[in-house]
Amino acid sequence: MATQLEPEAASDEDAFRAEVQAFLAQNFPAELKGKGNLLAGVEGPTAESPTQKAWREAVGARGWGTPTWPSEYGGGGLTKKQARIVEQEFAKAGAYNPIGGMGVMMFGPTLLEYGSEEQKHEHIPPICRGEIRWCQGYSEPNAGSDLANLQTFAEDKGDHYLVNGQKTWTSGGQWADKCFAIVRTDKSDKHNGISFMLIDMTDPGVEVRPITMISGTSPFCETFFTDVKVPKENLVGEEGQGWTIGKRLLQHERTNISGGGALARMMGASLGDLAKKYGETNADGELADAVLRDRIADFEIRWNSFLLTARRAMEESKAQGGVSEISSVLKKLGTKLAQERAEMLIEIRGLQGLGWEGDGFSDSELQAVRGWLFGKASTIYGGSTEIQNNIIAKRVLGMLDHQ
Amino acid sequence: MARDWASNESPVTEFRKVRASGAEEAFDRNAYGKMAEMGWTGVIVPQEHGGSDFGWLSAGLVIEELGKTLTASPLVANTIAASAIILGGSDEQKAKYLPKLASGEMIGTLAVDESAHHDPAKVATSVAGGKLSGTKAFVHEAHGADLFVVAADDGLYLVEKGDGVSLTTRKLTDQRSHADVTFDGAAAEKLESGGDSLVDDVLDRARILTAAEMLGMAQHVFDTTLDYLKQRVQFNQVLATFQALQHRMADLFADLAQMRSAVEGGLQALDSGFGIDRAATIAKAEANRVLHFISSQGIQLHGGIGMTDEFDVGFYLKRARVLEASWGSSSYLKNRFAALSGY
Repeated sequence: MATQLEPEAASDEDAFRAEVQAFLAQNFPAELKGKGNLLAGVEGPTAESPTQKAWREAVGARGWGTPTWPSEYGGGGLTKKQARIVEQEFAKAGAYNPIGGMGVMMFGPTLLEYGSEEQKHEHIPPICRGEIRWCQGYSEPNAGSDLANLQTFAEDKGDHYLVNGQKTWTSGGQWADKCFAIVRTDKSDKHNGISFMLIDMTDPGVEVRPITMISGTSPFCETFFTDVKVPKENLVGEEGQGWTIGKRLLQHERTNISGGGALARMMGASLGDLAKKYGETNADGELADAVLRDRIADFEIRWNSFLLTARRAMEESKAQGGVSEISSVLKKLGTKLAQERAEMLIEIRGLQGLGWEGDGFSDSELQAVRGWLFGKASTIYGGSTEIQNNIIAKRVLGMLDHQ
Repeated sequence: MARDWASNESPVTEFRKVRASGAEEAFDRNAYGKMAEMGWTGVIVPQEHGGSDFGWLSAGLVIEELGKTLTASPLVANTIAASAIILGGSDEQKAKYLPKLASGEMIGTLAVDESAHHDPAKVATSVAGGKLSGTKAFVHEAHGADLFVVAADDGLYLVEKGDGVSLTTRKLTDQRSHADVTFDGAAAEKLESGGDSLVDDVLDRARILTAAEMLGMAQHVFDTTLDYLKQRVQFNQVLATFQALQHRMADLFADLAQMRSAVEGGLQALDSGFGIDRAATIAKAEANRVLHFISSQGIQLHGGIGMTDEFDVGFYLKRARVLEASWGSSSYLKNRFAALSGY
């Protein structure tokens, strides 16, 4: 039986691979080769060219930007193996996935798990088509690491909630269409008084102010809600279930922050190669600065084992069906290593690696500086390293709260 | 299976017995016989030569479990020696030695280094007319070994224990078998296959398998330390409630995850045959770094009782440093990683 099935499965895979290749040949414009996805993350406003739009629509129509999401909601409905093939073929063709952002990384998976049928049908398809940008309404001025201390209040007004309060560190808030937020519906219960709801950023009473960061960019905003009417059907799950749903979403966030693949791409060239470019080598072609060489190797060994760890966690989470508490370990490790690398890059380049602006610096040098500064946020957002340590100690290792 | 056997039949109390016996070969022949019966001595050996050919991941799994309980046995050394013959042996050599190494009838070990520091580039041992001469330092499991895989200046040789082979015991902190082995015109046959990289290839196997043993040790120290923190009371609180200790344990846990990934990455590389040199370097370097940290913290977090001979945690520290120095210290491995990476 098995011997008959296996070749057939293999030929199915080949057929699917051919289908993806044909799709790419027909739809992927050569001029976009090697370009990144504008919608992803917090990078900036969408300024989509007609070619980019056509590419996004082509991928969105297939659902291949969200390959394993159910096809009834606009996802690709693919098996993991098929999704891997899509990923491989896109990479081979130099094609980026035009469907991304927080809707894909965090909100979508959470809504698929906790949303009603109506909510899923309303919100998931536009995410799969890359039409709607979502932002995250979590942190508040007095609710950072102590997130459950949030005070933004949603008052029950019968058919709707009236929302008042302030969110902060809203990534991409100035460009977002909608916001998934955790708000207080009960002031008497810290954790069980929190609800998860969806707010339209174009509604009256929503005001967004970008915050300039030490990197000189403004990827985060303050978001003010003043008497914003939120329809009851925008409540996800039950009233009071927001902490549970919100935490689940954070697991997706952590996995994405540390997600080996994305970080690996971000990391670019080997530090050793860069150091050879900026420094001197000896007769054997080795870096002449033996101390720096040792430190680079030390870093890159740990970085490589982190990539292996991210891959292992991904395989394990697939086997278990979903993100796991190991996401805290990945977040803690990945962000620390990325910061360490950014610091080492500056050291390798010397003052040439600290340029703020001007023709005397290359684009990659200037980007590295901004990245180094902005990267300091990575051990703070998405649950700081200290919070991850608490999670690991208490939930994974079973160490107890102080009595 | 390996886990049950190690925890039921070979707990640390068995290591204590071996230590107390004072026997130079420092392992229990009866226990090793049982391992052989279970097929553990032939996990990487091809079936045609009496092994099970289950691969390196399987071998690593067994070694990790034995590392957890500090099982004293020449299994790692024997597996490394067998791998040298698999890679470099002639058909006759394979037929002659592999079935015996796989059945436990014969024990093999690898002898490369000639000083206290791992350095395969510095080998003075040489062979003339089939007679090998030189001195190998701190050879693992030398007392129990019947067959030495010896690095000479022109490759690897097989030397059986016997005429021209003499041992000087070097008792190290781990209380296991180590000896300087002097070969004085000992009969030697070369491992002719395997190409110019044979010594490095065998050393990479030694690094990965040693890292697997270290992984078991690190996991055990972590687990027992965590258990201890959950039951030890000071200031009317169990220690596990103190955040300083919680965060330290979170650090150790994350490092342990890195170490496990690196070791599994090494074993997988051996099974796939791809990227072995880098994977081995990463595996052993991470094993060195993480076990060093965990074995030290194991003592610190146990407090005073961690300093006593009555508690096991000190044994792990004393074995850890021996393995850290074997087949490449951290600085050796970082240098190798940089060289492999072209800087």
